[in-house]
Amino acid sequence: MALDHKSQPAASHGHHSPRLYIIGYISSIVLTAIAFGLALSHTMHFGPLLVVLMILAGLQIIVQLFFFMHVTESDGPPYHSIALVLGLFFTFAVAIMSVWIMSFGSQVS
Amino acid sequence: MLSGIGNFASHFFVTGDPMIYGADASILLVSLGILFVLTRYRKWGWLWQDWLTTVDHKKIGIMYLIAALLMFFRGGVDALLMRTQLAVPNNHFLTAEHYDQIFTTHGTIMILFMAMPLIFALFNIVVPLQIGARDVAFPYLNAVSFWLFFFGAMLFNLSFVIGGSPDAGWVSYPPLSELHFDPGPGENYYLLALQISGIGSIATGINFIATILKMRAPGMKLMQMPLFTWSALSASIVIIFAFPALTIALALLMLDRIVGTHFFTILHGGDPMMFVNLFWVWGHPEVYIVVLPSFGAISEVVATFSRKRIFGYTSMVASLLLISVISYFVWAHHFFTMGAGADVNTFFAIASMMVAIPTGVKVFNWLFTMYRGRIRLELPMYWALALIVGFLMGGATGVMLAIAPADYQYHNSYFLIAHFHQTLIGGVVFGLFAGMYYWWPKMFGFKLNHRLGVWAFWLFNIGFYVCFMPQYALGFMGMQRRMYTYPAGMGWTDLNFISTIGAYLMGLGFLFIVAQIVYSIKFGERDLTGDPWDARTLEWSLPSPAPHYNFAVLPQVTARDMWWELKQQGRTGDLRPTSEDLKPIHMPKNSGRPFIMGVSFFVAGFGFVFNWYPIAVIGLLAVVVTLITRSFEYGDEYHVPVEEIQHTEAALGRLS
Amino acid sequence: MAIAAHDANLHGAIAGKPIEYQDPHQAVKILGFWLFLATDMLLFGCLFATYLVLRTHTDGGPTASQLFDVPGFAAETIILLTSSFTGGLATLSMRNGNKKGVMAWIIVTILLGLAFVGLEVNEFITYASHGATMQRSAFLSSFFTLVGTHGSHVTLGIIWMFSILMQVKKRGITPETARKIFIVNLYWHFLDVVWVFIFTIVYLSGVVM
Repeated sequence: MALDHKSQPAASHGHHSPRLYIIGYISSIVLTAIAFGLALSHTMHFGPLLVVLMILAGLQIIVQLFFFMHVTESDGPPYHSIALVLGLFFTFAVAIMSVWIMSFGSQVS
Repeated sequence: MLSGIGNFASHFFVTGDPMIYGADASILLVSLGILFVLTRYRKWGWLWQDWLTTVDHKKIGIMYLIAALLMFFRGGVDALLMRTQLAVPNNHFLTAEHYDQIFTTHGTIMILFMAMPLIFALFNIVVPLQIGARDVAFPYLNAVSFWLFFFGAMLFNLSFVIGGSPDAGWVSYPPLSELHFDPGPGENYYLLALQISGIGSIATGINFIATILKMRAPGMKLMQMPLFTWSALSASIVIIFAFPALTIALALLMLDRIVGTHFFTILHGGDPMMFVNLFWVWGHPEVYIVVLPSFGAISEVVATFSRKRIFGYTSMVASLLLISVISYFVWAHHFFTMGAGADVNTFFAIASMMVAIPTGVKVFNWLFTMYRGRIRLELPMYWALALIVGFLMGGATGVMLAIAPADYQYHNSYFLIAHFHQTLIGGVVFGLFAGMYYWWPKMFGFKLNHRLGVWAFWLFNIGFYVCFMPQYALGFMGMQRRMYTYPAGMGWTDLNFISTIGAYLMGLGFLFIVAQIVYSIKFGERDLTGDPWDARTLEWSLPSPAPHYNFAVLPQVTARDMWWELKQQGRTGDLRPTSEDLKPIHMPKNSGRPFIMGVSFFVAGFGFVFNWYPIAVIGLLAVVVTLITRSFEYGDEYHVPVEEIQHTEAALGRLS
Repeated sequence: MAIAAHDANLHGAIAGKPIEYQDPHQAVKILGFWLFLATDMLLFGCLFATYLVLRTHTDGGPTASQLFDVPGFAAETIILLTSSFTGGLATLSMRNGNKKGVMAWIIVTILLGLAFVGLEVNEFITYASHGATMQRSAFLSSFFTLVGTHGSHVTLGIIWMFSILMQVKKRGITPETARKIFIVNLYWHFLDVVWVFIFTIVYLSGVVM
């Protein structure tokens, strides 16, 4: 044990303010409220509504990543961001393409 | 009472077939023999301390290798039984049910319990040494991965003698694999064994990405990494993004069978094709997971034995990464005939054909590396050359299969069987064998005998073509896969017989490999230099086998093929430690918990197989206990003192 | 565990980083956990795909719009979003070296998590009592599995947070406990993102459809 870290917690950095967290929380609540409002007021057709809802959900990802999850921080190159982007890309690819492939069922039956 | 026990036993144990009784007896005898030897020679402590609790990547790699070779034997016997059954028309060597079980276990074992551990064996043994690291990023997790794989494989093999083997094919499509049509425990064995080992595979994928990205020797840039390491990185990327689909497909089918949900049933709105879709979301990337490391091994072998740096390193890296991304967008070509429509089939047909482009780049790069090289025909190079030919055949027929309209003709025929065996044997097994021969001295400190190896090579290779070339023709002649037997007068008899001869030649080749290993343990040429092939990358700068901490002093990397550069400049001494350089080395402690966790998963899995929920719950609780105790574990690392390193290095004659 | 700088075969430790990144052996575990989140994302992606394919397969049974109760899932949403915020405040307290703050915010997060799981279990029981069980139709199978998988992730997160609470209580804020606090919160925020997609794709779209 060359260094004893227990003796130096929080020694090298100053006070962090909760400002970012509060902004993040408020934005997530606002985005959620917009989504609920649009969906429940029945002012839009289903197709466009779904697009808007997905965009709002995408914004929520950004809020969580940047305000809560400290996605910009890393030790060395931002490999985790590449993994996340690839992961999101594959996740959406699997979901959307599965629906596309399996939509044959509605044509056949 | 007694008759009750007898009745239970006759359902619990597989009975009625003399071959199974023979297997029962031999399993019992071998187990007793192992117990006897361990006790007689007081090896229990050695087994526990040196192997079962190890977190050393080299030992874990060796355990993967042994498991893979054993599973290769089991899967190979399955193959020979099938080919024997098909050798002549109207044969009743096996019953139909038994044949179904054998083709199911053959496929499952060869992909998940032979190919996967073989690539993990090479990852574990080679990657940390190649990048100048002392272990993987998460050594404890690495041991967990191994034991999950191991006990998953054990659970799967147990089905052979207890309860009955799965029989719905290695793809296990519903509705056939639903409870209604397949009530026995065999299918449960399949689902749980794959689930348990699949968790281990995901963990290995995470582990090696983190290792390769974060644990490289000082100075080693990404574009200075050896190509095998690049292939391990690409395969790990595919693993972490593809395996969750298998987890879900298996879990949902499990829910259908245990809870009574309706994901894939015919009734109540279920859609069996959704399983097929999810299965291949994993299933197609899976074949790239096993083939990419094989490509990586071939790249090392071809460069070393041509004494040239690899041709087109950058394009090699680009093609590895490109394959790992495109591999994700081809899955629907496994069910073109489902009738998803021209748009879907066109997209997946074109994506499938596109894989041939980066693959072709690799083949040309290997050829250009050999061009004007000073080629030495050692065993790894034999297999590398065989791969180029074998994989070319398999790849070209793959492009034929990718043509969606034509696939309606080939689908599920023996043409397909021949195609994927030529890619998986010609592309994966050959490459991994090349890697195994190449790195064998690094693992064990001796070379495998050349003469026996050449025999094995020719028998296996000739057998490979004799076995599978006739199957292309059989496919065109209308023979479908999974046929139990066929009538005379179809015109299939001769070709099937020839194919069976080829299968036996491959079996003979495998026996030669076994003989070669046994012979070489005693008489093999010892590797005293640590660099028996005059190779290029950092693992060859270490003694064979490497000390448990790998590098006494971490190497400073300034070039690609660092070891070769140092040899050219006569600076190999740079990597040898001096007494002043030595500092205590930080290493992970051994732990018995990964093994216990594997046992717990095994118990839970066994409980679910027979719907004995108390046992399943006990197993799951034990898993949770191991997780929680791990969370509370602090200080799982220690320092190797300088004196010990000095002693070890001096004994190896490396201290200057 | 503390390591000496000369021993770092990882990228060296640099002062001035947040505490959880100061020790490279801990930093690499954070990368490992991000990778795990990427695979877990795919896990949920496949469940979403299954739900999307099967959501109209109701077999004459209850449909999404008949079943879902807006105030119920709205409450679940608000609770989970708030717990993500409080979990973030635990990370913030950790970076400020405030052990009591960490423990207090983790306890608040655990309580909100328990409330969420409680509401969800209640929701499931209500559905089941109306005959909308997992076994009723493919739509309900996929609904219960998707939302239930998220719920069991949350439950696991609660147990995990509790175990970390114990460790912080005993050991204070060290690079190792700091890393654990950081990743359990990454997990928690990730589950919040998954929930955002659940209320968008499952509940809101289901109510409108």
